[in-house]
Amino acid sequence: MIEIKDIRKEFNGRVVLDGISGKFEPGNTSLIIGGSGTGKSVLLKCIVGLIKPESGQVLYNGRDFWSGDADTKRDIRREMGVLFQGGALFDSKTVLENVKFPLDMLTDQSEEEKIERAQFCLKRVELENAANRMPSEISGGMKKRVGIARAIVMNPKYLFCDEPNSGLDPLTSVKIDELIQEITDEYQITTIVITHDMNSVLGIGEDIMFLHKGLKLWEGTNENILDTTVPELEEFLYSSQLIRRMKQSKK
Amino acid sequence: MDLLTRVGRYFIFISLLFTRREKIGVYVKQILEEAVAIGIDSIFIVSIVSTFIGAVTCVQTAYNLVSPFIPDYVISLIVRDMTLLELAPTITCIVLAGKVGSNIASGLGTMRISEQIDALEVMGLNSASYLVLPKIVAAVLVFPMLITIAGFLSIWGGYVAGTLTGAITPEDYVYGIRADFIPFNVPFALIKTVVFAFLITSISAFRGYYTEGGALEVGKASTTAVTNSCIAVLVADYLLAQLLL
Repeated sequence: MIEIKDIRKEFNGRVVLDGISGKFEPGNTSLIIGGSGTGKSVLLKCIVGLIKPESGQVLYNGRDFWSGDADTKRDIRREMGVLFQGGALFDSKTVLENVKFPLDMLTDQSEEEKIERAQFCLKRVELENAANRMPSEISGGMKKRVGIARAIVMNPKYLFCDEPNSGLDPLTSVKIDELIQEITDEYQITTIVITHDMNSVLGIGEDIMFLHKGLKLWEGTNENILDTTVPELEEFLYSSQLIRRMKQSKK
Repeated sequence: MDLLTRVGRYFIFISLLFTRREKIGVYVKQILEEAVAIGIDSIFIVSIVSTFIGAVTCVQTAYNLVSPFIPDYVISLIVRDMTLLELAPTITCIVLAGKVGSNIASGLGTMRISEQIDALEVMGLNSASYLVLPKIVAAVLVFPMLITIAGFLSIWGGYVAGTLTGAITPEDYVYGIRADFIPFNVPFALIKTVVFAFLITSISAFRGYYTEGGALEVGKASTTAVTNSCIAVLVADYLLAQLLL
């Protein structure tokens, strides 16, 4: 389980996150949603250890990341898998080498074992035929799937996805969401997804946290999100034609 | 950011390279790859530049030495000493600052803005050490080899230009090359090259590694890396001349 307590972050005196707290349970796909510039990605970077918050705690099964020593941080990081917005694949390596990279760097497995594991993960994301292609030769959706394969290759306990649907068509977007949810259920990992995609919110949002101007304004599930009375969340939700129509048909 | 803060950050960056290093085996493979990228890929430009610089130095020296009291072999003596002391190490390194420095800065800058460096960090790796240390080690190993080639080709370029234009006979040129030779000039050139290699790669990597923003900033980082590297090479050139000669 991941627990964040009173996270506060500011850049040059401008408060970006103001006292954010919450819990993310294993086996659940937790979503952090909100408009652009509300601090979602900064919060994710604080959680994965890329940006240090001014105050607050990020607890991984009770271990505080930011007050931990270098060994604790390294141990926690090796239990993480992160899917970055653009995939963040290494341009100079093939798809297979990208997926195998964490095994090369962090394990003492034999080359055969590493290739077998990397190919298994590529098969899991249905990209076994793209193993020898370069990142520049594959589509945006494929890059995201390779990113997921790389994120799960070390059997992580925690999976983080930063806007996995950005720049994708609706069909590919749904496939990526389903893949994330399947992996979360299958391996019972704690998954946090940053998104502002309403299909994802309604499709895989088992736990949802809504951020607005650096504040957490709402928390719930995809089942009760449409019943919200928080004006900022209503505005965010009903900016989508689809959701507006759903609301009207519900009435 | 003022100059002192930047210099401070640069030294912190350098210290980062040597703390929490990865397995040695990882670096060996990386160093070999970087040595090819930095060394082999630079041979052509280094050869062209050094050959022509040697040729021009010879022709211009001959043009200026018109006194009948100065023997012809002085032309090649001047070509040799200028090549060893300045042209081969310094000018070649300035050319390499443009080629290798901009390549390093733009490569790391692109990795930064496309979150590839973040991806390394969240894996628990020391991204600075993994990405930059092999480049520095490779450059420190390969630059002296390039400068040796440059020195040879510069002197050969002077010979070809001098003899073809009739400015100096082949016998005089060879005599001048061997006359009053100071052996320390060779290690001096190599010491300078090692220092320049370190400065060029570390400054360029520093600029690229801390790039913020988008494609425009990557371009700016690349330009700044070359400018800063050239200035650092020239300052170091002066200090080393004062210290070692």
